[in-house]
Amino acid sequence: MHATLLDPRNRLVVLLTRLLLLGGFLLLWWLLTSRGWISPFFFGDPVGVARKLIGWFVTGSIYPHLYTTLIETILAFLIGTVLGLGCGLWLALSPFLAVVTDPFIKALNSMPRLIFAPIFALWFGLGIWSKVALGVTLVFFVVFFNVFQGVREVSPAVLANTRMLGASSRQLMRHVYLPSAMSWVFSSLHNAVGIAFVGSVVGEYLGSEKGVGYLILLAEGVFDIDSVIAGILLLTVFALVLDTTVSLFEDHFMRWQPSAGQTVSGHA
Amino acid sequence: MTAALRSVEAERRPQNALEALRFDGVTCAFASNERRGRTYTAVSEGKSTLLNVAAGLIRPSSGTLSVFGQPLKQGLNKDAAYLFQVDALMPWKTAEDNIAAGLIFHGKSKAEAIATAREWLLRVGLHGHGRKYPHQLSGGMRKRAGLAQALALDPRILLMDEPFSALDIQTRHLMEDELLRLWSTDRKSVVFVTHDLEEAISLSDRVVVMSAGPATKPIAEFDIDLQRPREVAEIRMTQRFLQLHAQIWQVLRREVLKSYARNPA
Repeated sequence: MHATLLDPRNRLVVLLTRLLLLGGFLLLWWLLTSRGWISPFFFGDPVGVARKLIGWFVTGSIYPHLYTTLIETILAFLIGTVLGLGCGLWLALSPFLAVVTDPFIKALNSMPRLIFAPIFALWFGLGIWSKVALGVTLVFFVVFFNVFQGVREVSPAVLANTRMLGASSRQLMRHVYLPSAMSWVFSSLHNAVGIAFVGSVVGEYLGSEKGVGYLILLAEGVFDIDSVIAGILLLTVFALVLDTTVSLFEDHFMRWQPSAGQTVSGHA
Repeated sequence: MTAALRSVEAERRPQNALEALRFDGVTCAFASNERRGRTYTAVSEGKSTLLNVAAGLIRPSSGTLSVFGQPLKQGLNKDAAYLFQVDALMPWKTAEDNIAAGLIFHGKSKAEAIATAREWLLRVGLHGHGRKYPHQLSGGMRKRAGLAQALALDPRILLMDEPFSALDIQTRHLMEDELLRLWSTDRKSVVFVTHDLEEAISLSDRVVVMSAGPATKPIAEFDIDLQRPREVAEIRMTQRFLQLHAQIWQVLRREVLKSYARNPA
């Protein structure tokens, strides 16, 4: 009985256990702070956070900030992905260039790219574009390395066969390299979503006039820990929404694949 | 390992037969072999290499390759289709789209290509499986799709590199019969590399035995005068088949033993 009850395939039991875990954590948090065992000043309290969140949406004061952050993130995500895909394909298909640029790419990738934020603020101002630029530098490398890897993993037999079938080099790109790289791209996109958010929020910390990151920074300045936590929760929810969107696209485009591919993990 | 190679010719026209492929002193980087005359060769370690040379996928280190009398200097052999040992279908395309892809590459319209692909699905016994992706098909079905993909282009030469070696023995016999049936309708030139002597004899018009590696070369040639049409399971019981088998095996065995002496199994 015991084994069947805790069956990982039983979705209802899994869902209930998850809710229990979440509820238990919130209850513990509420107990600890309301009894004064830990200070609500430093740790916030769940009721205050919920009140803050509801207040934001009821008054509508959150919308311009949320909109700004989402636009920055989505733009960074899209531009970074397209650039990463393009450069990855290009370099993977020209071995000479790949060898020449190898040390530079390694250097750029190992560099903590968040330090570009002040430079981008100078170049692009305090508007959304400095955050987009920061997000792009982060997203680009994750996608780039995966595409690069993906193209090199193309099965030689499939490639030779498609050539024998009479494909031109453009047709090879469209019918072999791109679809083969796509599975790698999609697994990298899950990383890229999170990283794009990092880019926008860090950019907003360092200088902005709008955005959820800016809101969190303001709240931190006046020790309003509830608002900080509410902001973090909001970002988490939207990161999950974007990630789910990517998964939906993935399920559609990757339906030919028996199981999801592996990914070269990225870092921010 | 020794490869027995067999070739199925377009027609039995001993003297004035058209030369489909001709290797003249072709040497390859991996294994070299020398061959003159109107035939097809393959080498044990370099047999795939030789087929790749025939396909134009790689250039021979020296020597020349002629296709129907025309030397192949650059590019792929446009007259040839190639069935690989491993699965080479595009995994992101359905069986139907895979077969249609070659036709689209050759300039056919999409609708036309799909229509031809459907005909071929029927012909290779994959009716109703056209919308499946390769990973949803069994090994034998993937080979059928691969065969249809190659034949749909109506090539003059079909190169086959141990195409059925990964299949279980029953599926293998089915596929051999399938190949005989498909071949009998338009009688293309087929170069078929195999380690399976029975497969070689039952399918071909001529078997060329290649010497053990590394510097492999063709060492013997046998004409297979078994009647057509053939049925793989039946033909293997006939007296003539057993005679041929014994004859070829005598030559082949020496090479196998040589090869084992070098690399014990």
